[in-house]
Amino acid sequence: MTLLAAAAVVWAASWGLNLYLCARPGLAVRIAVPIIFGAALLAIWECVVRGLEVPSVILPAPSAIARAFLSSLDILGIDFTQTFIKGALPGYVIGCALALLFTLAADLSPFLRRGLLPIGNFAAALPIVGTAPIFVMWFGFGWQSKAAVVVAMVFFPMLTSLVQGLAAADRLHRDLMHTYHATYLQSLWKLRIPAAMPFAFSGLKVCTTLALIGAIVAEFFGSPIKGMGFRISTEAGRLAMDIVWAEIVVAAAAGAGFFGLVSLLARWTLFWHPSQRVGFGR
Amino acid sequence: MVMAESRLAGVAPVSVIILAILALWYIAAIFLNAAWSRDQAARAGLEITPRDILLDTMTQQRPRLPAPHQVAKEVWKTTALQNPRSKRSLVHHGWITLQAALAGFVIGAAAGALLAIAIVHARSVDMSVMPWAVASQAVPILALAPMIIVVLSSIGITGLLPKALISAYLSFFPMVVGMVVGFRSPDPIQSDLMKTYHATRWQIFGKLRLPVSVPHAFASLKIAAAAAIVGAIVGELPTGAVAGLGARLLTGSYYGQTVQIWSALFAAAVLAALVVGLLGLIQAVVLRQMGMAR
Repeated sequence: MTLLAAAAVVWAASWGLNLYLCARPGLAVRIAVPIIFGAALLAIWECVVRGLEVPSVILPAPSAIARAFLSSLDILGIDFTQTFIKGALPGYVIGCALALLFTLAADLSPFLRRGLLPIGNFAAALPIVGTAPIFVMWFGFGWQSKAAVVVAMVFFPMLTSLVQGLAAADRLHRDLMHTYHATYLQSLWKLRIPAAMPFAFSGLKVCTTLALIGAIVAEFFGSPIKGMGFRISTEAGRLAMDIVWAEIVVAAAAGAGFFGLVSLLARWTLFWHPSQRVGFGR
Repeated sequence: MVMAESRLAGVAPVSVIILAILALWYIAAIFLNAAWSRDQAARAGLEITPRDILLDTMTQQRPRLPAPHQVAKEVWKTTALQNPRSKRSLVHHGWITLQAALAGFVIGAAAGALLAIAIVHARSVDMSVMPWAVASQAVPILALAPMIIVVLSSIGITGLLPKALISAYLSFFPMVVGMVVGFRSPDPIQSDLMKTYHATRWQIFGKLRLPVSVPHAFASLKIAAAAAIVGAIVGELPTGAVAGLGARLLTGSYYGQTVQIWSALFAAAVLAALVVGLLGLIQAVVLRQMGMAR
């Protein structure tokens, strides 16, 4: 009972604090407010689970998840290597490179572009994760099949953003390149690829999440006895929810880290672009 | 006239590419399935001519890659020639998946829109929740699916609801993020005008923010619908594959029934295309009615 009361107090206090902070300007407040909110949610989760004595097969407390996380770091590390380093990353790189090749081919042939773009847009809405059983059958249980699923998942979104990007250069700038008598390659390299970079990076960012989802879901269809998706599905079956949650924490951290890394890369390469200007607008 | 011409100009390249994909598919089927044909012939001690191999690769029971016509035949057999209520009917399984996806989509999209309304009106909600909603898009939340299914079934909840729940939270976050952008998209000039009229928040919301957000709403709804279908399919995997397209995928993969996998995949694609296409159609009609069609 006291724990439930504590949950209510935490809720009221954190909300009050955030209401107070929100009225104040500044970057520190912008960072503090969501962190306070998240921490409050964790505290309330802990109090409610303990207060109501929710069985850990239904919802383990955050402290139990943290304990499971720390006590099985070796397993989590093996799973992370298997799913992220071996499955998601190679698939991501190959898929995006393949999309780049197709985009350049489509750029040289308008016919190909007109055919490929609608199909790519259509395919981007399809449940491509469903191809996982096929790739598992073709490439076996190892990381190769996971990478293949990831290739299939990232290819179409990447293709559509790259094609859009290459079409994004300003008409005026193109005319200027034309008056300079620039060759196709010159205008591609000096104008159209830089203009396409923001689109390329937004595609790359979307694909980071897709890559992880593909690698994890593909493991539901068969895997050697390691990998994040494998661990999640088998440990969920054995009702060891604390390990499942620890694995989800790893997946979330991997996803956020990967996304953050690509965003940083975007910031470094696109420093000249208005979208990257800090404090612009809003 | 110009419109019709440009539409037609788009049809030719698309159909050529589709034909090219089909041709590549047939060629791939020959190469991927030939090993099995040769193997079988060698086992039976028979000589096999390239012609026989070619014919055999098109008609195997469990090919590595079924040829397009095999998939088409299976789809036809399990849709048109089956009672839609039968367990062997793809329509039956598709309907089960669609129900869960739609239920989750409606719940998730509605909740997402409501949270977006709260976010644009309360600075504290905005600053507390919005960073998490954005961050959630970088996190593979689909990984929660097996756990939700198992936990709910351990407290006796099975069937449609757990899958719908997965679909709901998958469609929730894209909806929140998209709608917040939509509700904030009015021109400053328009917002200023509303202020000079001394409009209340809700008047501004109803007469400016809501109408302006409609194109954003449809864009988010399409993303949410596609995510909901993926959620329902993945939600069908961990329960031991009882029914639904995800179950067809999983049993197909257990028993090496490749033709079944491909036809389930085809059905899933058709389902997603139908739902997203329907939303696109509604979008076109609504935007035209509102005078916002481009």
